This record gives sequence, structure tokens and C-alpha cells, in this order.
Amino acid sequence: MKTIRVGAGLGFYGDAWQPIRASIERGGVQYIASDHLSELTLAILQKDRQRDKPGDPPSGYTRDAVPMLLELWPLAAKHGVKFVLNAGGLNPQAAREALARAFRARGWTAKVATVTGDSVLERLDELRAAGEALTHMDTGADLASVRDRLLFANAYLGAQPIAEALARGAEIVLTGRVADAALTLGPLAHEFGWRWDDWDRLAAGLTLGHLLECSGQGSGGNFGSAGEWAAIPDYAHLGYPIAEVSADGSALLTKAPGTGGRVSFDTLRQQLLYEVHDPHAYVSPDVVLDMGSLKFDDLGGDRVRVTGARGAARPASLKIVAGYQDGWMGTGIIGFAWPEAYAKCAKSADIIRTLVRERGWAVEDTHVEYIGYDSLLGAHADPAVRDQLNECFLRMTIRTQDRKVADAFGRLFPWLGLSGPPYVGTMQAVQPARELLGIWPALVRRELVEGKVNVEIEST
Amino acid sequence: MRVPLWKIAHARSGDKADRADIGLFAYDAQTYAVLRREVTRERLAAHFAGLHTGAVELWPLDNLLALKIVLNGALQGGAARSLRMDNLGKNVAARLLRMEIDAPGDLPRLKLR
Repeated sequence: MKTIRVGAGLGFYGDAWQPIRASIERGGVQYIASDHLSELTLAILQKDRQRDKPGDPPSGYTRDAVPMLLELWPLAAKHGVKFVLNAGGLNPQAAREALARAFRARGWTAKVATVTGDSVLERLDELRAAGEALTHMDTGADLASVRDRLLFANAYLGAQPIAEALARGAEIVLTGRVADAALTLGPLAHEFGWRWDDWDRLAAGLTLGHLLECSGQGSGGNFGSAGEWAAIPDYAHLGYPIAEVSADGSALLTKAPGTGGRVSFDTLRQQLLYEVHDPHAYVSPDVVLDMGSLKFDDLGGDRVRVTGARGAARPASLKIVAGYQDGWMGTGIIGFAWPEAYAKCAKSADIIRTLVRERGWAVEDTHVEYIGYDSLLGAHADPAVRDQLNECFLRMTIRTQDRKVADAFGRLFPWLGLSGPPYVGTMQAVQPARELLGIWPALVRRELVEGKVNVEIEST
Repeated sequence: MRVPLWKIAHARSGDKADRADIGLFAYDAQTYAVLRREVTRERLAAHFAGLHTGAVELWPLDNLLALKIVLNGALQGGAARSLRMDNLGKNVAARLLRMEIDAPGDLPRLKLR
């Protein structure tokens, strides 16, 4: 009986690709599904693009794709492994050109596909004219309130263009914004010839894609627990998860032999429910998954059988996520040792507040937290330890519309080293202003986007 | 007896726009029945008071011995405009594990300790 093995690639822009080597060498995978785009990565890529100089090769894609494929492609080609990546970001053609240049310089050939048509930033007026208000999905706010501050606006595409690219012989598929799990569902639908209204099989593929889309989180990484995390073996060589899938959509989740990490009922169910909102209606462009009927059988030895996915018909709309400029953040950090480490941080925060007030800076919001005490736990930090800390760092942040204020805020802090409370340990560098981004989710009738989706294939 | 969740369950959290999105998992079926009874929307709202501005959503998943919990309006508008160190809400699960509930003393995980 035919099975297809899909291995997890990256889980974010900047993730490690070295673990993919074991999946190819020893994991028997035929595909690597690599997710380079978080909700707001496209904002980073848009800023890259704005810095392009005439004559330079254009940017707008995640720059990790080329070095990753240079390192892995000889091995992948030898094993007949194909790559599906959303590393194209805002500019899949530029990613393909960069890859083609690098491959040609080494005398390598590969059929590389691009999937485009997800970007709607240049089409907003056209979509609004076609009756799409593009109001904020959660608040109902009018797009006009952020229209002139938008950095990007992209629809989440589904798995169909990926399957089409593979059917046309692509060995590497570079997409822009697609649903993360589509990177896995595309190859499965292509290999098994799943119909695009076979909701249960599509739901199975979506489940598996979701289990693979966060790299090591599907195989024991970030195992949220007290104590149990320490029993995960060999983090340094953690293997990324692999799905061995049958034509009916049932699968065995595992990882390459000899790697660290753990694939078990516990580690997989943590990833299944990760960032899904309503588990009975996990919406993707291709199908709506109900996780309530899934069955995970832990067979031991890093093998879990996954069955029972149930799907409902795909939505009539696609989700757009846009990002807009939303002011600037200024950050200051300063630390103190015992005695009275926390009290000296709190005093420093008071001093800085006074300085900000006296300067008359327009600050919309101020946030104070204490690294080593409550910067991660907030109000759930245990106050019993507060006044006994060996050392503590103040982290203070402001939100302002004025970039100069955000920059100047960080520069207030070094002065405290000689003129503030004693036993100080500053951070190495003053923190520069950082641009803040708001997120704008909206819905659009799918045919208005899908009519523009384009799959192109070229040999390098 | 009063039992903190970290002794009997595990949890992971992340972000979805302005929502903290949490999975809470019982290590065994007996504990799951206790979680279903004790971890209610009202108690979650009280535990996280001040963190979220919107509703608490809660779905039990018997097949996974899990509760899916979503805190709306918990991330200062979203990860990329948040002023917090934990802008992604990755530690909201740790904050949940500090919640205490009424539980029988003979739960399997409690006997292990």
C-alpha cells in the first residue's frame, strides 16, 4: 500500500534547518514542508523591499531559503526529496531568481515553481469596489482607519496551487502566503489524487500539516509542563516530526531514528491544539476541521497513529491578514544586584517616569516589568520572593507615535549607572526605537483572489 | 484538597491576533474529569482578571483529555504592538498552571509525587 512521508521543515523565519538532514538521510521522507512565515513576517519583508537599491537583486522573500537549499539540495536530489516552502513571502519570483543564480553557479538544475496571487495590497480599491468592505474581522472597524498605514495585505491561499505545481513536475515549490498546513496538504492531495470536496481526507491532511508546521514543537520541543520537559531526550539533536500518510488520510507520526526529542500522545496533542482557536471549526482555505473525533494511538518508540479526522466544506471566503504601522516602542533596561534589587528597579522606574513627564513627551502607554521577577508571569508572579531576589532587571517600554521620543527614551537609562541607585549592571547597548505593527484580519470572497493565482515553473 | 494545575496537567499557549490561545491537558482520564468540573469559564476569568479585556472561551475535548481555552483581548492588541516581554503569550500557559482547583488526593499524578 502506497504511503507518503512528509517531513517538517522550518517553523519560522530564522529556525534551524540542520535537523531536516536527518529526516532526509534516515527518515525516508519524500517531501519537506517548510513554514517561514509567521502572522507578521511579511512586515519585515516589506521593509526589506523598501530598502532595495536600483540594480540590486530584488528582495521581499525570506533570506534563509537559499542557504538552506544550498546545504540540503544535493542530499535531497539524491533521495528524490521535494521541497514546498512559503519562503517566497512577498516576492516568490525574486526568491526563485536568487535560487536559480545560486544553483546555476554550482551547475545544479531543479524545476522550481512559484505560486503567486496572494498579495492584495495593490488591489484593495478593486476589492472594495467589488463589494468587499474588508472590515476588521474581530472589531468590525472600517479599513479606512488604517488604509494609509498598511505595509502588506495578503490572502491565505490553500493547497490547490501547490498540488498543481507538483503535478506539473515541480521539485521545489516557492509560495507566498498560503495556509501553513497547505504546505503539507498540497503534496498529499497531489500524491493520492484527493478530490477537493473529499472533506474528511482534506481534514486529515490539514491535521497532519498542522502537526508539522511548527518544526520541533511537534516532536517534544517547548513541551509546556512542570518537570516533564526535563525528560525529553537530547534536545541538541532534536529531530523534526515526520508524517507517514496512507491514501485514506490516516498516518503514523514519527521522527528520524537516532534523533532527540519525543513523538508521543502528550507532545502531539500539545501541538494539535496550538494556536487553533475553536477546535471544532479549525478553518483553512481547503476544509474546516473538527478535532473532536481525532484519535491518537501512542504505539511507543516515538510512533503515534493519527486517525479519525472529520471535515466540513471549505469556507466561501478567504482570510486576509494585513499589517499596519501603529507607532513606535521605546525600551530601556537596567539591572541591580542585592541588596534591595527589586526596590532599586522600582525606584529607577519612578525616576524615569519623572524624566519623561518633565520632558513633556507624548507617550500613549507605559509598561513596567521586572526581569527575574514578573516579566513573563505578570500578575501571577509569586510576591513572596520579590524582596529576596539576588538580582533583578527593570524593563520599561513606552508606546508613542513619535519615533524620536522612542529613541530618546532608551537613552535615558545609562545615566542611572552613575547617578541612580547602587550595584548596577546595565545592558550592553541602548535599545533603539522599534516600529509597532497592528494586525488587520478580514474576509474576502475567494473567487476574487483565486482568479489571480498563478503557478509558474522554470528549470534553473 | 487544593491542588495547583501544574501537579496534574500540562499546557502550551501561543497567540492568535489579540487572543491568548491555550491548551490544557490532563495526564490521565481521572484527572480530565476533575478538570472538566473545576476549570470553568468563570474561574478562568477570575484567575486571569486584568490580563484580558474580552470573553473567555472554553471547549472540552474528551478524545484528547484536553481543554481548549481562549482569552480574547489578552495581548495588548497583538504580538507586534505589545509592550510586554511576553508579547506572544507563550507564558500564559505557565500562568494557568499556577491556578489552584479542588481535587481528590488520589489522582494518579499526586500519588506519583
